[in-house]
Amino acid sequence: MSDKIINPSVPTLGSLTINDSSTSGFGYNPSVGPSSNAITKETSSALLNKRAVLTPTSSNSIYDRSLSTKKSQGISVSSLAFLFCEIVSWARRLSNSILDLENRLNGLGYLIGQKYLELVKLREGMKYGKRENKILEILQFIHGPLWRAIFGRTANDLEKSQDVDDEYMIIDNTPLISKFISIPKDYGNLNCSAFVAGMIEGALDLSGFHAHVVAHSSPIEGLPQRTVFLIKFDPLLFTRENIHFS
Amino acid sequence: MSSYYFTIIGTRDNPLYELEFSSFKAPASLIPGESHFTAKVKELLPFIANSSLDLVEDSQWLTPNFNLGRIDSFGGIWVNAFVTQGNVKFILCYDNPNSNNSLDNGISSGGSTKYDESSMKHFFNDAYDLYVKALLNPFYGANDPLVSPDFDYKIKIVAKKYL
Repeated sequence: MSDKIINPSVPTLGSLTINDSSTSGFGYNPSVGPSSNAITKETSSALLNKRAVLTPTSSNSIYDRSLSTKKSQGISVSSLAFLFCEIVSWARRLSNSILDLENRLNGLGYLIGQKYLELVKLREGMKYGKRENKILEILQFIHGPLWRAIFGRTANDLEKSQDVDDEYMIIDNTPLISKFISIPKDYGNLNCSAFVAGMIEGALDLSGFHAHVVAHSSPIEGLPQRTVFLIKFDPLLFTRENIHFS
Repeated sequence: MSSYYFTIIGTRDNPLYELEFSSFKAPASLIPGESHFTAKVKELLPFIANSSLDLVEDSQWLTPNFNLGRIDSFGGIWVNAFVTQGNVKFILCYDNPNSNNSLDNGISSGGSTKYDESSMKHFFNDAYDLYVKALLNPFYGANDPLVSPDFDYKIKIVAKKYL
């Protein structure tokens, strides 16, 4: 029974009784009231003596390391290419259509985009301390600092669609991850940069700009790998922007 | 002594983490850091925190600041908020010592700001740092509850340091 206590983010109430207690020390049981994560005698003395062994890694956990780096440490392109090669073939094995394959790559990138958004913002925030809350600014942030943190340089271009109001494009002339990828003819218009499209989508979604991002190949003379990331925003965002900024 | 209730709310208005504590400076009881909210207030704290979300979401699109400062108050409980780039809200409710527990006797007062806004800002910044570290863990996804004991301990350390 005790496992059914409501932990944060657990949507079901289950069947709770007054005898249930929270396994994590906090949460809300409607028949008891809030059981908050409060400071007790033990935690208080642990805090004052600065001594706590909670988990095997407590002495040097991820929370002890610093997030700020003076210079981003790059990794070699070949190891990234091998890793991405394996990701693509893994996704290809599991999927039954080109669209499915693209969606899988997109989904993997989505999680990375969410994490990188906060990380890059935190690192940058130490200098400027500003949150992006406008469509254009978040796009510039992704095109600039975020791209630089992930790929080592900014994207080549950021454009607004001429025909449709709610579409923007980020253009990369030489996408890093598809550097060693050549798409077979029978794979149609598959573009493995769907992974990067997923990163953009994840970053935009988490910051509250719901969008759909698709990667299209649009080769031009001399740049066969040129990729356009088409970003289509939820039309409601423009309503929100109009209310707040005009 | 002032007591604090700190909670982290995810992008879907789901709670991720919560902590009740009091200022470690000049402890008033035998257990330093133990919160002194009355039972009645304790019951209301999650509601006060969540009811301020509307105000947070309103101002998060108006100002580019991470720290939104004091955005709400309810019956002597003041509410400060902080929003991350990824739309995660940090909410800190604390009792205003000037109001003399007005939730219990029904008087709400503005009172003068005895609280050091800058120490709260530092607290929020360090909590943000810890949150991002937790987020980078591959076993943690955005909007999962933060149940790591190490995270909890570090937040308490930060609370002790600044508040």
